[in-house]
Amino acid sequence: MTEIPLIGEVAAAAITPLAGARIGVVTFPGTLDDRDAARAVRLAGAEAVALWHADTELAEVDAVVIPGGFSYGDYLRAGAIARFAPLMGKIVDAANSDAKLPVLGICNGFQILTESHLLPGSMIKNDHLKFICRDQVLRVENANTAWTADYTQGQEITVPLKNQDGQYIADEKTLDALEAEGRVVFRYVGFNPNGSRRDIAGISNAAGNVVGLMPHPEHAVEAGFGPEQDGGHSVDGLGFFTSVLTQIVGGK
Amino acid sequence: MTQETTAKFNIDTVANAAGTPEVELPWAELGLKQNEFEEIVKLLGRRPTGAELAMYSVMWSEHCSYKSSKNHLRQFGQKVTEEMKKDMLVGIGENAGVTNLGDGWAVTFKIESHNSPSFVEPYQGAATGIGGIVRDIISMGARPVAVMDPLRFGEIDHPDTARVMHGAVAGIGGYGNSLGLPNIGGEMVFDAVYQGNPLVNALAVGVMRHEDIRLANASGKGNKVVLFGARTGGDGIGGASVLASESFDDTKPSKRPAVQVGDPFAEKVLIECCLELFKHSLVEGIQDLGAAGISCATSELASNGDGGMQVELTSVLLRDPTLTPGEILMSESQERMMAVVTPENVEAFEAVMDKWAVEYSWLGEVTDTGRLIITWDGEVIVDVDPKTVAHDGPVYDRPYARPSWQDALQADTFTGSVQDAGRPATSGELAAAVTELVASPNMCDKSWITKQYDRYVGGNTAMAFPDDAGVVRVDEETGLGVALSTDANGRYTYLDPYQGAQLALAEAYRNVATGGAVPMAVSDCLNFGSPEDPDVMWQLAESIRGLSDACMELGVPVTGGNVSLYNQTGTTPIHPSPVVAVLGKLDDVARRTPSGWREDGQAIYLLGTTAAELDGSEWSKLRGHLGGLPPRVDLAAERTLGEILINASRDGMVDAAHDLSEGGLAAALVESALRYNVGARIGLGEVAERDGVDLFTLLFSESQARAIVSVPRSEEVRFNDMCTARGFAHARIGVVDSASGTLEINGVDALPLDALREAHEGTLPKYFG
Amino acid sequence: MPRIVVDVMPKPEILDPQGKAIVGALPRLGFTDFVSVRQGKRFELEVEGEVTDEILAKARDAAETLLSNPVIEDVVSVQVVEA
Repeated sequence: MTEIPLIGEVAAAAITPLAGARIGVVTFPGTLDDRDAARAVRLAGAEAVALWHADTELAEVDAVVIPGGFSYGDYLRAGAIARFAPLMGKIVDAANSDAKLPVLGICNGFQILTESHLLPGSMIKNDHLKFICRDQVLRVENANTAWTADYTQGQEITVPLKNQDGQYIADEKTLDALEAEGRVVFRYVGFNPNGSRRDIAGISNAAGNVVGLMPHPEHAVEAGFGPEQDGGHSVDGLGFFTSVLTQIVGGK
Repeated sequence: MTQETTAKFNIDTVANAAGTPEVELPWAELGLKQNEFEEIVKLLGRRPTGAELAMYSVMWSEHCSYKSSKNHLRQFGQKVTEEMKKDMLVGIGENAGVTNLGDGWAVTFKIESHNSPSFVEPYQGAATGIGGIVRDIISMGARPVAVMDPLRFGEIDHPDTARVMHGAVAGIGGYGNSLGLPNIGGEMVFDAVYQGNPLVNALAVGVMRHEDIRLANASGKGNKVVLFGARTGGDGIGGASVLASESFDDTKPSKRPAVQVGDPFAEKVLIECCLELFKHSLVEGIQDLGAAGISCATSELASNGDGGMQVELTSVLLRDPTLTPGEILMSESQERMMAVVTPENVEAFEAVMDKWAVEYSWLGEVTDTGRLIITWDGEVIVDVDPKTVAHDGPVYDRPYARPSWQDALQADTFTGSVQDAGRPATSGELAAAVTELVASPNMCDKSWITKQYDRYVGGNTAMAFPDDAGVVRVDEETGLGVALSTDANGRYTYLDPYQGAQLALAEAYRNVATGGAVPMAVSDCLNFGSPEDPDVMWQLAESIRGLSDACMELGVPVTGGNVSLYNQTGTTPIHPSPVVAVLGKLDDVARRTPSGWREDGQAIYLLGTTAAELDGSEWSKLRGHLGGLPPRVDLAAERTLGEILINASRDGMVDAAHDLSEGGLAAALVESALRYNVGARIGLGEVAERDGVDLFTLLFSESQARAIVSVPRSEEVRFNDMCTARGFAHARIGVVDSASGTLEINGVDALPLDALREAHEGTLPKYFG
Repeated sequence: MPRIVVDVMPKPEILDPQGKAIVGALPRLGFTDFVSVRQGKRFELEVEGEVTDEILAKARDAAETLLSNPVIEDVVSVQVVEA
């Protein structure tokens, strides 16, 4: 069978190879947005490396994306089963190591990161109980993480949001700490789509190499296939992937 | 894998059946008619075993055998020109039709119904409707890429409608979203006729390379037969023969067969699993299990192939060990597939299953005996010619006749009727009428529904609702893609079934062309009442005749479809509702045309002519009238209009296009303005004079073959010339005005976009929260 | 076969949107006596043979590490139920 990105595997040659930067994209049973994350990686100029949940070793990659979807059908709790995958153990180690592997968790990926305790808090069902898909405006609250360096503080971006269990909650102490330490990375602007505390859409760990958010930047990377915006299209999501490349290549 | 049979059954073997002809069998409870049972006895030369009876009862049910419609459905295969066959790679008869897109790409799509289950259990009924149609697409060798959901429920303010609405929409979203399939469009129609019998139709589309096309046949003596996916339980037992053939009657004890319960995660894993099987060419034939489960899969695979199969039924992995052999054969447990695998590929097949943690069991093998033999612990419980089960079921020539009330119905035109009194005439009345129309249940904004669906997953959705067609990119390098639309109008079809079916095709065809795509293929879902009612049978016969005639005239072949009968509340049938899906091709999805204007100063043109055609219209529905004749069909005009819209899209002559259908020009103008929240100044005087109609008629008539487009000033001459060269009526009716925040129509009070939006978007939340 | 039943509830301080929807729906069906509803989960773990103290302890462990998310949920009971 022919190898075409749409149907074939996620790994494909980068469009403009950037010094061999390799970004892993993890697939669990039930993952849905892995091919989209791989596309975003390629469009940013890096090589997307397909990672399988059952791998016992983490391939040589410079960063990892844990994409969205319904790993294990969201059974038990979203991300609850995926977090125990063999590969997740390796990713957690790499993220916590001195090398501070950059890890981006999108939607279900964010849920897996909170279940893994790489990030604090948890997601519960949207306050209105329904699945919601909308073009969401976010404000970049922290432009210093591995995944947001290409944005500016306070910048507003538009990316799609699509989930059923996206309400971010944590106890007051944790929320206060996140605010105080500047670890709130994105906030919902104009409309809180799920009841998340303090309008938090995404957060980071203390070191800033691990970021999780509910909205989907990988769906705002190609004009014509993402949110419509002021007569044009938003490709605001690309910044995530170029940011990490900048860091990788710049050796930060 | 065999398992211990802990439950002990009285196994009715073939030998036993041959020796005990006097045993009474519950054929009536299983939905068979006396003549059908007698036919089975004749075919077998003895009474059937319990298991055989179960198989025949589900496979000969209306839903599976199409016995009432088959004679008429032939027309879809007969009225086909050589030109129409040129791009058809797989036609009617397989799980889904396959059309050639060029560049080695092929696309497969189909639309199906899951009506009755959605009334009983809206969430699961709708969810498994999506699951089922997606499995049909996978079994052709394709990766599914999108879904659509045409829905028809009862009146918006009826309490039971909310029950169905909440459940069905959540189910479609819950299942489709979890599979990673963007929902790119659908319909929502509210009408009292669907109150006790909602229509939930589901469409799925998939893509593959030519060499990946798979068919459902079992060939190669000695090849192994495997069942994989979810375990078999008591889901929907008798669902096919019971639900589809019986109505919901309050006087009898309510039938509550086990409704199928879906597990989208299991299906997502199944999709990936199958694609890997296809990639490595590990299956010779594959069939999904839908209605009639294993009965269907085995008989169809055997029937399509070399003709013989041997299966040991105790090998089936069960969720419920108390199931009898007959129940196992009838079970409609979801997320199951059956495949034929060569002995050499068995190991590799199992490796793929293990990788994805999918359960499987080897049931038996393909033979050359021409018989389907099923054993239970080695004893033969089924020994049939599979063709008699799967293909040569009963075919009925149901009597039909034009209803006695049809003439009176057609004579009862809206114009001049009691309900037409006080027709809006003043500028204020017209403004109020426009607002009332766009706020009405059928015309209102459907975001309440669509925002529960993921439109982005896959990253290839180039266009979705509220635009006229759903567009999905197929080839990331060239931009090649497909466009789809589903349409139907039960009111038109009730007034004239022949025309109504043609109108459905015309609308879907027009929607696809409006998006800029070339229509290529059709799939139909025919939702009708009971075929045993001659009135309804006439509606069905006329609709099929009309649709097949129209397909031939427009040059788009039907590649597959579905018939759903016995849709009624008590004895009142639904309006005949033939849903037509049209698939089109776009060379480059970047050129697709959205439905709303944006650039200030662009010229707005109305294409086509308008006559006084209010019968069956949305306006007449608002006034409580249904009578007269539906709008006239003009397929030649639709063809020309299509060409204009496609060329205009390709060559950048238009920035936006929106076709006119229900709600006429009034609805189209409002929708185009609200799409990007940009106003316009419209003058309709010249057109009204040209066509000999008044302003009200021009705004609310539902004449066909019309569209409005937004043309950049620099393209006006070219555009005009193109329309003139084709002899197609076109008139400049206004200009885009981005500063006004208003839709101004000469003769109608100014309509501020904010107020229009509030009216348009407020309806569904008002009723459904 | 004996079963160990584990009950998991959302922490008291967590707003439970599902419970909230349910308590809102009950009056519509004529149930007007209930002022609050919280929705949790019940797990039934089957064991072959006897449930020893060790097995019960393992069940508690499984409840804390997998069956519940301690950030938002409490394990409110772990009990043996004879089949």
